[in-house]
This record gives sequence, C-alpha cells and structure tokens, in this order.
Amino acid sequence: MVYPEEVEGMSTILALIYLLIFPGFLFLFAFSLFSEYLDRKIYARMQRRVGPPFFQPFADMVKLAAKEDIVPEKAEGFMFTAAPIVGLAAVFAAFLYLPIVATTGLHSFNGDLIVVLYLLTIPTLALFLGGWYSGNVFGQKGGMRVASLLFSYEIPFFLALLTPSLVEGSWKLADIVSFEVSHPLALLVSLLGFVIGVISLQGKLERLPFDIPEAETEIVAGPLVEYSGRRLALLRLARDVEMVVGAGLIAVVFLGGPLPLLIKEPVYLSWMFGAVMCLLKTLFVIFLLILIKSAVARIRTDQMISFAYKWLIPLTLVQIFIAIMVRFLGGV
Amino acid sequence: MKAPGKMLPKIVGFIFKKPVTVLYPKERLVPPEHLRGKMKFYLDRCISCGLCARDCPSGACTMYELEGKKRPMFDLDYCTFCEQCASSCPKDAIEMTAEFELAHYKKGEAIVK
Amino acid sequence: MANVKLPIGPQHPALKEPENFTITLDGERVVDVDIRIGYTHRGIEKLMETRTYTQNLYLVERICGICSYAHVQNFAQNVEEILGVQITKRAEYIRTLFLELERLHSHFLWLGVAGHEIGFDTLFMYTWQDREVVQDLLEMISGNRVNYAMNTIGGVRRDVSKDHQKKVLDAMDYLEKRAAYYKEVGLGEKTILARTQGIGILKPKIALKYSAVGPTVRASGIAMDIRKDDPYASYAETPFEVITTDTCDVLGRIVVRVLEVFESIKIIRYLMKHLPPGELVVKVPRKVPEGESISHTEAPRGEDIHYLRSNGTEKPERYKVRTPTMANLPVIAEMLKDSYLADVPIVVAAIDPCMGCMDRVLLIKDNGKKPGELVDWDRLRAYSNRWYTQKRWKA
Repeated sequence: MVYPEEVEGMSTILALIYLLIFPGFLFLFAFSLFSEYLDRKIYARMQRRVGPPFFQPFADMVKLAAKEDIVPEKAEGFMFTAAPIVGLAAVFAAFLYLPIVATTGLHSFNGDLIVVLYLLTIPTLALFLGGWYSGNVFGQKGGMRVASLLFSYEIPFFLALLTPSLVEGSWKLADIVSFEVSHPLALLVSLLGFVIGVISLQGKLERLPFDIPEAETEIVAGPLVEYSGRRLALLRLARDVEMVVGAGLIAVVFLGGPLPLLIKEPVYLSWMFGAVMCLLKTLFVIFLLILIKSAVARIRTDQMISFAYKWLIPLTLVQIFIAIMVRFLGGV
Repeated sequence: MKAPGKMLPKIVGFIFKKPVTVLYPKERLVPPEHLRGKMKFYLDRCISCGLCARDCPSGACTMYELEGKKRPMFDLDYCTFCEQCASSCPKDAIEMTAEFELAHYKKGEAIVK
Repeated sequence: MANVKLPIGPQHPALKEPENFTITLDGERVVDVDIRIGYTHRGIEKLMETRTYTQNLYLVERICGICSYAHVQNFAQNVEEILGVQITKRAEYIRTLFLELERLHSHFLWLGVAGHEIGFDTLFMYTWQDREVVQDLLEMISGNRVNYAMNTIGGVRRDVSKDHQKKVLDAMDYLEKRAAYYKEVGLGEKTILARTQGIGILKPKIALKYSAVGPTVRASGIAMDIRKDDPYASYAETPFEVITTDTCDVLGRIVVRVLEVFESIKIIRYLMKHLPPGELVVKVPRKVPEGESISHTEAPRGEDIHYLRSNGTEKPERYKVRTPTMANLPVIAEMLKDSYLADVPIVVAAIDPCMGCMDRVLLIKDNGKKPGELVDWDRLRAYSNRWYTQKRWKA
C-alpha cells in the first residue's frame, strides 16, 4: 500500500502536515504522553492501586514547565542545557523515518534502519553528558553508570533488530515491512530476535530491571538529579518519546508495521487503518515492556553486563545463524 | 535455569480486578466501635477531683473555673487520644467517641468543655 | 577516578529515617564507611524524668512507631518489678498477643521496604496491602493502628472479646497463605536472589564481637532470642521455635523474618485458643519505692533493654533505653567492606534500621587534635545564624 504522491513530489502543505501534525510532532507528543499514562495506569492496576487519570502526564509537563529552572553553580551551563534538547531532537527525528501510515516514512532510503538505530543512541549519550556536567557527585556516578551500561544492551539491540533485514536482504525499512507481510512465516524465524529486542529495549530505556542509572534508592535519580523546571520536562519527554519510537521500531521491523498481518484490509480509509494497526502493535510491545517492569527487581551493573554477555549476545548470535540458514536454504 | 518473573501470573490476574484503594472521601471505611476519637464530657457526673488533668501526658486536659467549681477543658491540638483521662476518672464522666475527622483551621478552635 | 566521598543521608531515598553514612567509593566499590547518628534525637530520656509513671506510659510508646509495644512492655515490666506486683494471667496473654501482632506487622512492613530498596515495587505494594489486615485487627481491639496505648501499670486496659478472637483467627489463616506465597517468591525469584544472595556477609565471630542482635545475628546461625533465653509475659508457656539460618547474608535475613511470621502465627493461634479468664488490671500505688530494675524484650528488630531507677516519688529518676538498632549499627561498617555501591541500601535495610528509636547523643572525639566542647543552646543558635548568613557552605 504505497501512495505514490506521498513518496515523490509530495506537495509542501501535505509534507508540513505530515511533519508537524500527523504523524509528526504533535501526534508524537500526544501519543507519547498517552503511552506514559498507559504505562503508569497498567503498572498501578497490577499492584492493585488506582493509578493516575489520563491527563496526568500532560499535567506533569505543564507543572514542570511552570517551575523555576535552576542551574547549579558548579554545572556547565551550555552542556547542561544542550543535553535535553539534543536528546529530544534526536528521538523526534528518528520517528520520522518509521513507516506509520504507509510503507515508507516521510523519507526512505537504503540504510534508514541504521540511521534510526543510531539516532536512538543519542538520548543515552545526552543523559550521560547531562549527568556529568551537572556538578554533583550523584549525577556523575549516574552518568558513569549510563555510559557503562551502553556496552551491555546496545549490541544485542542492534543485532536483534538487524535480523529481519538479514532474512529479507536489504537495509531499507520499507522493504522489510513489505517482506514481512508477503511472507508471514518470517515472524517465526525472528521470534527469538523479537524477544531479545524487547528485553534490550527495556535496558535501553533504563526501566526496571535495568533501572540502574536512575536507581532511586541508591543514586537519588542519577543524572537527572540537578535538573528542574523546563529542562527536566524535556528530559522526561525525551524518555517517553524514546519508548514510543523504540517500541514502534520493534513493531515495524518484527510485526509488520502498518500492514495487516493476517486480516484483510478494508478498501476505504486504508491510510487510517494502517496507522491504527501500527499503533496497536506499538501498544502491544509497550504492554510487554510494562509486564517486564512490574515482575522483577533491579539488578546491579555488573550483573547486567554479565547477563548481557552470557545470555543475550550468544542468543542473538544463534538467531543470526538461524536467519542466515533460512535465507540460504530457502533461496529467497 | 529458573527464569525471573515468578510473580507474573498473580500480577497479570490483577490487571482487570478492582483496586484495593478506598477512594476517600467519596467512600469511607467504617471505623470500629471503640476507636479512640474525640472525647465527650458529661458535666453532671464530674466531681472536680482533677485526676484527669493530673494524668494527661501531653497537657491537653487542664482545669478551669466554671460557676465556682473546677471543670476540665480538653484542647484537641495537644491531645494524643490515649484515653488516660477516661481511665482515671472515677465517675466515668469522660468517654471517647469514634469521631476522628477533626481537622480545623486555627489553633484553639477545637476545645471540648 | 580518585576516591569519591558519597554522603548517603541524612536525606536520602534509601533511608527511611535520617542518619549519615559517608561512603568512600573507588569506582563502584565501597572502600570505607563512616557513620554519624544523632539526627532525630528528641530528648526522650530527659523528658521522662519530668512526667509521672502514668504519663510516661504514653511517652515511652512514642519512642518508635513500629516497635512501640515492646518499649511499653519493657517499661511496664520495670515498674511492676520495682513495685513487686504480679499481673493476672489474662493480662499476660493479651500483652503477648499484642507483642506478636506487632512482630507480624513489622515483618510485613520490612518485606515491603526491602522490596522497595532493591527496586521491586510490586512486592512492596503487595506486602503492605496484607499488612493492612493486621492493622485492622489492631485497630479493632485497641482503638488505634499505631501506639496502641493498651498497657497500664498492673495490666492491660482493654479486653479481647469472643468476636475479636474469631476475627483474629480468620485473619491468621489468610496471613499464613500470603506468607507462604512470599516465601515462595523470595526464594524463587531470580532477581531477588541475585541482589541478596552473598551480600552483606556477617560472620558469627564478628557478630558476637560487635554484639549484634535480632534477625541480623540469627541469620548467622546464632540462636539468640530473648523469648527463649529469658522468657517474659507468657512466652514460657506458648510453644514456638527460634528460627536461624546459617547463610550469613541478606537472603538469610529475609528467610529468618518470613519464617518468624509463621512462628508468630502459631503463637497467636495458641493464645487465642487458650485465653484464660480473669481480671485485667491489678491496683497499684502511684508512688513507686526506691529501686532499680532492668528489663529486656525481643522487639521485632532484636533485643531491647530498658533500665529504670526510681526514688520514691511519682516520677522516675533515670530511664535509659538501648534499642536493637543501636547494637546493629556498627555491624554495617563490617558488612559493607568490599561490596558494591548498589548493595548499600539493601544491606542497611537488612538490619531493619529504626533510627527513630535508636537516636541518642553522639560524642565525636577528634583524636586529640581539638578537644570537643559542650555548647549551650544560645551559643549554638548564634553560631548557626552566623554560619547561614555568611553562606559558608562546606562540603
């Protein structure tokens, strides 16, 4: 389902709407706040509590934006301010390449999967720099933890997400999505990669059990400790948007994105149908993330690194081997 | 290898059940009968012995003059709701009710006479 | 990176109550721990000298919120020993009932706090929801959820009716099922095991050298329990066992506390089935003759010792309290040697710190470089005003 006028020669108005409103910034902003609401509500219901009302994340952003924004004396003003802005900009940019409505995103080229993966690394670096330059020993400890965790979950995340492109044979997101739909069994081949991708995404987002840089009881909010007001609002928004973009990436790459897997798409409103399908798949991945979050305790830095190297990376290598064998034997 | 997430079955079961939070003040729990709340003072049973003021641990119960006799006055700002005044009274003139919603705005507003 | 000094406390999300642990870190490894106490000193021992024995009952209760009944039990036992009265059997049974109910709610609370310290918020919510069952029982019998004000010198003030007994027994059945579930989770959940197994090792010799008490030392294989060694209230008659494990680590302390919940349930069931009839209070005089007395009980955290000296008037002359956390605190420095920063909260939480009860005055001796001095209140106030106005923020 590719609309030619959306890929080449798109009119400027349509491009601006796509960029800014749907599915661009405004929609992403609203959807990430909605997914934060779902995260907190389902987490609370699992613990037999009531949970916040649906406008709570928005109210949090508004409240934070209205509060006083203090830069501590010992902090470097420029880096301190630049870190949240750069992190947020990177995840917003990453979202534009994901195919939400049609088979291609706003812009599609060979290798855009790699670009999205790299853009998703930038918030982690931004957090590290923000923590390091905050002039507080807790912030520096948190920043160091963020940096040392980069070694553990980035490798399985990248490798797991590159598995479908190995099966399919190109680095283009649009091709991967079309391939997934025309060969539904491809999902079974990359099932192990899907599981590893979800677990590594939990580590990338620094949620339980990989909550280490922001461990409230040890490091008092880690690299976020000196942030307040607008900068903290931007950092939290970057965290939420990263969750949506990461989950969306997994949904696109493994589950087929906007194209329906097993049901026939209706003839009318097909672009809306695609968007709804993609969002539902993203929500399913977010639900898996919430399940992992609520069932386990936090593990230590060294335990996380040994878990990544003893279990995640070998399993990812097994998955890559399976993918290569399938492609070789299948002769696709 | 044992997989983590032993609590998962219970957790998933709770997603659609009603939460245990009591949405106060829309819903209220019924307090038990002998809850130590605000005290009630029966003026006709009092014999002005002053034992209640002597035994109060926080100084909430003080004696003052009323029509020539000494009567107790209970300041709820200082009261610890320990019921010692009711236990010390030889004539059962003080009784603790179950009224516990006693928030007020100014100091000295809540006095039981 | 050079050694970094990280202050854990006095305000820190890991500690429920303020104390200062200054940790010297080398990367993620702990090199040294320096403990400072005294942040919640309230002057209770001095206050007790200005109030009569009846008024002191309620002050002693408020030394701590979680182990409050153990303190009142000690106080009442002290005064009754000097007076030479013997309380009735029914009063003894009711006192024991409350001591065990308090142990139940304290251990459930601790399970939740330990879960929160390792990041397991779901366990925290579940255990505290079960703790509400115990709190409802306490409220039903005594009229208050914390600080029950049940004791008086010479007995107890409220009775346990037949209806109460039935409700207590029903609640015990429910709690037994939940405690069995937590035992299964605690020993089976891989992430809890990863965080608590082998952490905070306390060898028995060191535990005895620093005189640690309570579940901390019972997890190192030493069977030290005041309820068996020197029975008080009605512990001589109720059948129960002292739980020890010999793993010497935080997981052992979790196991000891969960198994103690089972023992408490056993004791409460026995008490409710064999409650003897009788009077509740024995009449005692207001003035206590001269004398001294020491009494100790097994609070949920360990051995709690009180000392009383009376001088023939209505008010005590000197009262001294030594709480179990005070004995367990120096052991933290031993347990934290060569461990990770991430282990600090769970190791501190594993001794079940109750800083509120523990705080007495701390005297810092400066190795003879500068003699310490005692300043009075006005000078201290002037000094602090000067310090804050001149903004001399020292690290």
